[in-house]
Amino acid sequence: MSEMSAPQPALPLADSVPPRKRYRRKGRYRSDHLLLAEMIEPNSKVLDVGCGDGDLLQLLETRGVDGRGIELSREGVNHCVAKGLAVVQGDADTDLVNYPDDAFDYVILSQTLQATRQPKAVLENLLRIGSRAIVSFPNFGHWKMRLQLLIGGHMPRTDNLPATWYDTPNIHFCTIKDFVQLCDEINVRMERAVALDLYGRPLRFNAPWWFWNMFGEQGVFLLSRAEKIR
Amino acid sequence: MVNVQPIPGPAHAEDRALEADHPTSKVAMFTGDQPLPLDCGIDLAPFQIAYQTYGELNAGKSNAVLVCHALTGDQHVANVHPVTGKPGWWITLVGPGKPLDTDRYFIICSNVIGGCMGSTGPASTNPVTGKVWGLDFPVITIPDMVRAQAMLIDRLGIDTLFAVVGGSMGGMQVLQWCAAYPQRVFSALPIACSTRHSAQNIAFHELGRQAVMADPDWRDGRYVEQGTHPHRGLGVARMAAHITYLSDAALHRKFGRRMQDRELPTFSFDADFQVESYLRHQGSSFVERFDANSYLYLTRAMDYFDIAADHDGVLAAAFRGTRTRFCVVSFTSDWLFPTSESRATVHALNASGARVSFAEIETDRGHDAFLLDVPEFFDIARAFLESAGHSRGLTADE
Repeated sequence: MSEMSAPQPALPLADSVPPRKRYRRKGRYRSDHLLLAEMIEPNSKVLDVGCGDGDLLQLLETRGVDGRGIELSREGVNHCVAKGLAVVQGDADTDLVNYPDDAFDYVILSQTLQATRQPKAVLENLLRIGSRAIVSFPNFGHWKMRLQLLIGGHMPRTDNLPATWYDTPNIHFCTIKDFVQLCDEINVRMERAVALDLYGRPLRFNAPWWFWNMFGEQGVFLLSRAEKIR
Repeated sequence: MVNVQPIPGPAHAEDRALEADHPTSKVAMFTGDQPLPLDCGIDLAPFQIAYQTYGELNAGKSNAVLVCHALTGDQHVANVHPVTGKPGWWITLVGPGKPLDTDRYFIICSNVIGGCMGSTGPASTNPVTGKVWGLDFPVITIPDMVRAQAMLIDRLGIDTLFAVVGGSMGGMQVLQWCAAYPQRVFSALPIACSTRHSAQNIAFHELGRQAVMADPDWRDGRYVEQGTHPHRGLGVARMAAHITYLSDAALHRKFGRRMQDRELPTFSFDADFQVESYLRHQGSSFVERFDANSYLYLTRAMDYFDIAADHDGVLAAAFRGTRTRFCVVSFTSDWLFPTSESRATVHALNASGARVSFAEIETDRGHDAFLLDVPEFFDIARAFLESAGHSRGLTADE
């Protein structure tokens, strides 16, 4: 019970974790969140890995989903707790192993896969913990990315991925094609795949893979285990 | 002879002795027909629980919050302490407009069984012999403390607690409440604690107990009858323990190698360094308000604590099916109850499907941070309680 030190200032609490810039909103929700939410059956149990400010979890809870979150940043956790969400401060790379098998109906990894140290292990864990996984990631095969590298000769930067190569948290970029290949390799079934444009709107459904890989700004995948992977 | 400066004896010994049987608090008496069944197999009766309350219980009795105090805390959370005259130990968190808002919640804090501030413990008078219990008092556990608190809550006519809140040993009680009475706890805020006491922590407690028992004034625990008090042993125990509540960085920031009221070393065992002087002050102010035997019993209770052991070694089994909302909090520089312990608790709660939030607060102030002014911790506590209050239907005017 010491009163030995002067009051210590808290870390500055940002008003919110900055949202990705261009997202279209329908009402109060981001359009890509609405798309994710639509993939989830009502009243299921969901873990959102890298849940940020908890906007998606909040949307899901309005639909009767029992939601939980993991978030790396303390500010993000604070915001989530303030919203009444059940969110744990933690790291996708190290903490997923502690969750029991089949604990959730869905595990969501939204815009986080490219920032993990071991994307393959993370993906495997997602499908161990959940019956299904929903993974979204920025597509590095998008024509703007390709053009910047081809013509500009520098690492691509976009409005949604503005960090420079030396300070980006995104260490494992992939293209939609790469991701599909990984899913095949680890025996994951793709139940649904959607490519979104720069504004978070789905591209047309009947487009071929190469078209998605070229014009999809991000890929969203609903995955399940093809068979017992354990 | 080299100058030495022993820890001075307690100035308020009589006040403290009086508080053990006749506390400056509300008291719930439990007579022979309402014994407290202890883990050691003994039914303790009669016994009493001393407690403080703040705020008003609403008509629906849905706004009651139980605050559980730490090892050397007591029920005087937010009022002037009757022995030391100092402010309550958690006025940073509890009060009007504070995260534990006394304008909204009915806040209860009771002295733990085995304590020395009015709940029955080794410093109380044994009704059979008419003498102070001393070491005749049965060894108690954290579950015993919680069982006694549940009897108090029954006595107050409260069925479900809106929240159970506590840090350190208080946090252990919070977790025990959730394991033993899940249906009676709407939300739980265990802070800087663990579901089991680590080997290192048991080791530090043993050091403290041995320091007390090595003091010749301890007299095999019968110091009250023999008119002594092992204040030097207890003071040393407190000094050692207090180091574990801080951190290297906090000690360095506050004291460094600075000298106390002098420029040069005195070449003696006087308190040359500020940090020595500070620790001696911690030791001597502690013995004024605390009973040495009570310190032995309460440290022992923490040592025995292991929720998983009561559930076949599976921690998650202790919380299976719980509907309580949890918010677990740890502090980065706490090495007594490090974040890894809180994470283990969180993993078990997750595995049992509990609704759990977890935040690790960045601070260099060590284990003691939960008692100090750490705004980021208050933000989390406030946010958690407000959202839980919303779910419970508690509005601001209740």
